[in-house]
Amino acid sequence: MKVVVCVKQVPDTKGGVKFNPDGTLDRAAMLTIMNPDDKAGLEAALRLKDQYGAEVTVVTMGLPKAEEVLREAIAMGADKGILVTDRVLGGADTWATSQTLAGALRNLEYDLIITGRQAIDGDTAQVGPQISEHLGIPVISYAQKIEIDGDSVIVERQYDDRYHVLKAKMPCLITALAELNEPRYMTPGGIFDAYKAEITTWGRADLKDVEDSNLGLKGSPTQIAKASDKVRKGKGEKVTLDPSESVEYIMNKLKEKHVI
Amino acid sequence: MNLEEYKGVFVFAQQVDNKISGIALELIGEGKRLAEKLGESVTAVLVGSDVKGLADELAAYGADKVIVVDDPELKEYRTEPYAHALSSVINQYKPEILLVGATAIGRDLGPRVSARVHTGLTADCTSLEIGDFPINPIPGKEQKHNQLLMTRPAFGGNTIATIACPDFRPQMATVRPGVMQKLEKKEGAKAVIEEFNPGFTPNNKYVEIVNIVKNLTDTVDIMDAKILVSGGRGVGSPENFKILEDLAQAIGGTVSCSRAVVDAGWKSKDLQVGQTGKTVRPNVYFAIGISGAIQHLAGMEESDIIVAINKDETAPIFDVADYGIVGDLNKIVPALTEQIKAAVAAKN
Repeated sequence: MKVVVCVKQVPDTKGGVKFNPDGTLDRAAMLTIMNPDDKAGLEAALRLKDQYGAEVTVVTMGLPKAEEVLREAIAMGADKGILVTDRVLGGADTWATSQTLAGALRNLEYDLIITGRQAIDGDTAQVGPQISEHLGIPVISYAQKIEIDGDSVIVERQYDDRYHVLKAKMPCLITALAELNEPRYMTPGGIFDAYKAEITTWGRADLKDVEDSNLGLKGSPTQIAKASDKVRKGKGEKVTLDPSESVEYIMNKLKEKHVI
Repeated sequence: MNLEEYKGVFVFAQQVDNKISGIALELIGEGKRLAEKLGESVTAVLVGSDVKGLADELAAYGADKVIVVDDPELKEYRTEPYAHALSSVINQYKPEILLVGATAIGRDLGPRVSARVHTGLTADCTSLEIGDFPINPIPGKEQKHNQLLMTRPAFGGNTIATIACPDFRPQMATVRPGVMQKLEKKEGAKAVIEEFNPGFTPNNKYVEIVNIVKNLTDTVDIMDAKILVSGGRGVGSPENFKILEDLAQAIGGTVSCSRAVVDAGWKSKDLQVGQTGKTVRPNVYFAIGISGAIQHLAGMEESDIIVAINKDETAPIFDVADYGIVGDLNKIVPALTEQIKAAVAAKN
């Protein structure tokens, strides 16, 4: 069984968020991590490796620095890392990103492709389903449980007020929720392996069956008209009163605003 | 692609269990507003099995036209037959704009459809406008008019971007539930109803539904609540949420919580506010014993009025609160509940 996991290197928002004095985000001061949903997808793949001896290949698209997340994945137990990087791929929206990754995946054999549901920097949840469309395979999004049944995969797919248990013939693409599992830590031996491991690097020429017009900034149907760091809402009032005065204060505000 | 061929504003009228979802009505309201600016009409696309009877409801909320794709294969949501239905409607009717709810269904359907018809898709929009692209003229670049300008937060709400899709049609957006306004219901309003069936032949992309498990809790969806009484780790114990429930009941609100509370197993995931939970914007948000991690703020800072009660005066929640009270929630909350009960009783 062959499993390919797509991961993304993203700026860390947890704990390490830094703001400029004007309330905007200080990106330069932030660290990078493997996107949490993707990490859950990787853990799901590694469990299939533990259980069925699946071969796990990790693919990422990004700057050369994104090699770091591939080494982290290998240190966790992945077999192989592929970095897709090329100047012409920069500025891609989700259409061009999914075209790029589909072009890379066409070079690989796979029974399952696992992506995270969404990345914490873009929050779109679009790339996984779009890859599946380009490859002509079924997609099951929002997976909260994954099992293998012969040549099929059985997945619990989360909705707002319910979940569906879905069965799809492989090959199939699954997008994983961070709730799927608790990702394992890197092992000392794994870190040693990861340090030595050779990372395969692919550029534009290595992408299969993709036209230039579908890649990078020029191949992106969506274009940014305006972007700004959000100026956060200003502070309101803060009071320190004894309990009965506090209650009176809240009551007055609620009445003033016609809540009660 | 001849862009001129594409006309009108279409919305995907999501239904679940043959009940129209609130987002469908919100999209019709917003679609109508955009359509008026373009001198066009708004069309609802209703996809399901045995759903034709729901068309009148869409008309009552402002749909000028309803395209009904009705087929037994569409009984429960599955990606492939729904993607086939919606992309076939696009190819047949050529809408200029297509809006889909950013729900667990729409965020799966939207990308699959946009990839199939080769157009752009902007995720999770919170504001839509018709305008020029580029917004300001750039020498040597054509400025296109009457474009859909789609605004969305990214990075957990820390940045906002406005996106256009100038060279492809339809201009597609998924729209965050609870943000757009539905129109007032007009009983008896009629829409042009058209049935369309592109034919459904199962292939490798059809998945089998083995089982459907519904959550048995019949609580109000926190995204629909006008008042939320939200608790964090500072509440102290699952039992102590009782004081929040009492407050919620007195003021006509719903209880929600922070991630820490879900992680501790005190409350279920469907009540979680924040980046990995739900985004809410009620009229009033009580943050009780919630410190206000950035991921939490991202899910609630758009609330109209934020009241925070926390014993730690340095808690980040006070940075977004309109009214912050530094104090002991165990003393303040029960007393507040009593005062509200008295005020409500006096009113009636």
